[in-house]
Amino acid sequence: MMRFEALRHDKRAAIAATVLIGILLAVAPFLIGSAAGSTWLRIVDFALLYIMLALGLNIVVGFAGLLDMGYIAFYAVGAYMYALLASPQFGLHLPMWAILPAGAAVAGIFGVLLGAPTLRLRGDYLAIVTLGFGEIIRIFLNNLNAPVNITNGPQGISGIDPIRIGGVSLSKPIDLFGFTLPSLHAYYYLFLALALAIVFVTIRLENSRIGRAWVAIREDEIAAKACGINTRNIKLLAFAMGASFGGVAGGLFAGFQAFVSPESFSLMESVMVLCMVVLGGMGNIPGVILGGILLTILPELFRHGAGPVQQAVFGKILLDPEALRMLLFGLALIVVMLYRPAGLWPSTRRRREFKGGAA
Amino acid sequence: MLEVTGLRVAYGGIQAVRGINFHVAEGEMVALIGANGAGKTSTLKALARLLNAAGGSVRFRGEEISKLAPHALVSAGIALVPEGRGVFPRMSIVENLQMGAYCRSDKDAIAADIEHIFGLFPRLKERARQMAGTMSGGEQQMLALGRALMSRPKMLLLDEPSMGLAPIMVQKIFEVIRTVASEGMTVLLVEQNAKLALETSQRGYVMESGEITLTGDAADLLSDPKVRAAYLGE
Repeated sequence: MMRFEALRHDKRAAIAATVLIGILLAVAPFLIGSAAGSTWLRIVDFALLYIMLALGLNIVVGFAGLLDMGYIAFYAVGAYMYALLASPQFGLHLPMWAILPAGAAVAGIFGVLLGAPTLRLRGDYLAIVTLGFGEIIRIFLNNLNAPVNITNGPQGISGIDPIRIGGVSLSKPIDLFGFTLPSLHAYYYLFLALALAIVFVTIRLENSRIGRAWVAIREDEIAAKACGINTRNIKLLAFAMGASFGGVAGGLFAGFQAFVSPESFSLMESVMVLCMVVLGGMGNIPGVILGGILLTILPELFRHGAGPVQQAVFGKILLDPEALRMLLFGLALIVVMLYRPAGLWPSTRRRREFKGGAA
Repeated sequence: MLEVTGLRVAYGGIQAVRGINFHVAEGEMVALIGANGAGKTSTLKALARLLNAAGGSVRFRGEEISKLAPHALVSAGIALVPEGRGVFPRMSIVENLQMGAYCRSDKDAIAADIEHIFGLFPRLKERARQMAGTMSGGEQQMLALGRALMSRPKMLLLDEPSMGLAPIMVQKIFEVIRTVASEGMTVLLVEQNAKLALETSQRGYVMESGEITLTGDAADLLSDPKVRAAYLGE
């Protein structure tokens, strides 16, 4: 942690570190692709989507302190926006550039719809209402196939258009000056670009007047009002901003998977994204990114690693890796929360809260 | 400056404030005293718009403010120091003071005002970078008062500034309140510590079960046998 603080003062070191990280991020898909195969590259693509979701939820939970247990609903709204506007379902095939902003906007409106009636609620009460909201959206998606078929019900929507950039589909290998860029690599770069954009927006927000107002509301709502903060609008803004990030991630997910169904937006997913935020370090952007990466990759690591390890140790597979996966994952969560209750990489503010010490 | 007529506050069917009238003139410090549950804090909360009045009117510098949103009061020129020292515990002293100036955008003047507050409370300056939550109750009350002043209000609403503080801290806080008032600030002080409140203020109102039962100059109230018996323990 000390070395990061040093970067803040040493400009040349900071530039060198940025360039290094940039190169690393640029070559990552090729390294991962050749070392671990396309399965893992796909997991990395998903990790980027989860980072976007975790950053979005971090605005609501980490900055404004509003415990949202139904966050995945906004991901679902974004995904179904894309699915309905670019698939044979209605015969619409709009471009990504039209759908993603629309998805973000509609998700943002849903965020306000959730936020408005829950303005007076906090903590566990808010958690229950948002949890219900998440389930309502999922159940709607499940049942909106009759009397008018909109979402195709539990079967979901398939044959969704892949994401196209300048007429080039990302679902097939792309020829770039005689060099072939595989589909998963292309998606990686797109997701990376959007994740970086979201990181940038989040950092700007955190250090803005709005960001300070969110923290003030989290700390003491009455005092925030007494300071002249319009707590209603600022809270709704947190819901809307968080939701719109989720909407963007959802749209990308739909284009990437070419298939959406209500199953993908279960309560477990909301809990997972919340875990990323809490485990990584609520309110701290690098921590939340770390949480997103770890919680996407760890379960897969257990899934793919548990079999071979047992084979090597016991000579046969005693426990089904699929069953073992969540057990190990749960244990990992418990261990982290016991030993690092403020998260793996907490913000300085939260570190103080848990240590209670002076600055 | 502040004109309250027929103010009523109710929680469900229970009337906490039963149509009270009072006023605070410009540059005046007025105490609202009374026992626990007399309706003092409800009155102040209704003025600060933290709860809705059931009826009556509140005029501030001639304008009706009883329908404004709480945050709009700050721009109108009223600053509340909430009961129980509502500071932001995990922000530093300086950050807390900056939040007080949330509605202002004049950076240089804000920095100058922070220095002014540090002049009033040297204790805060010593701890400028410390988290507010780690300070003693008295220091937090100083900070809450300083933060309210940061919005450059025309009027201060103080809700039980002496509550839960050591006597020496109470003295210090009231010293600063007197200083601020002597510089021309209009103050409405809600206090259980009737003696201290009346000694500090020019006029006072005594509240009893939601009604104002006595009013007058602070000095007269202090020597009033009824007040002495009921609130000064004599």
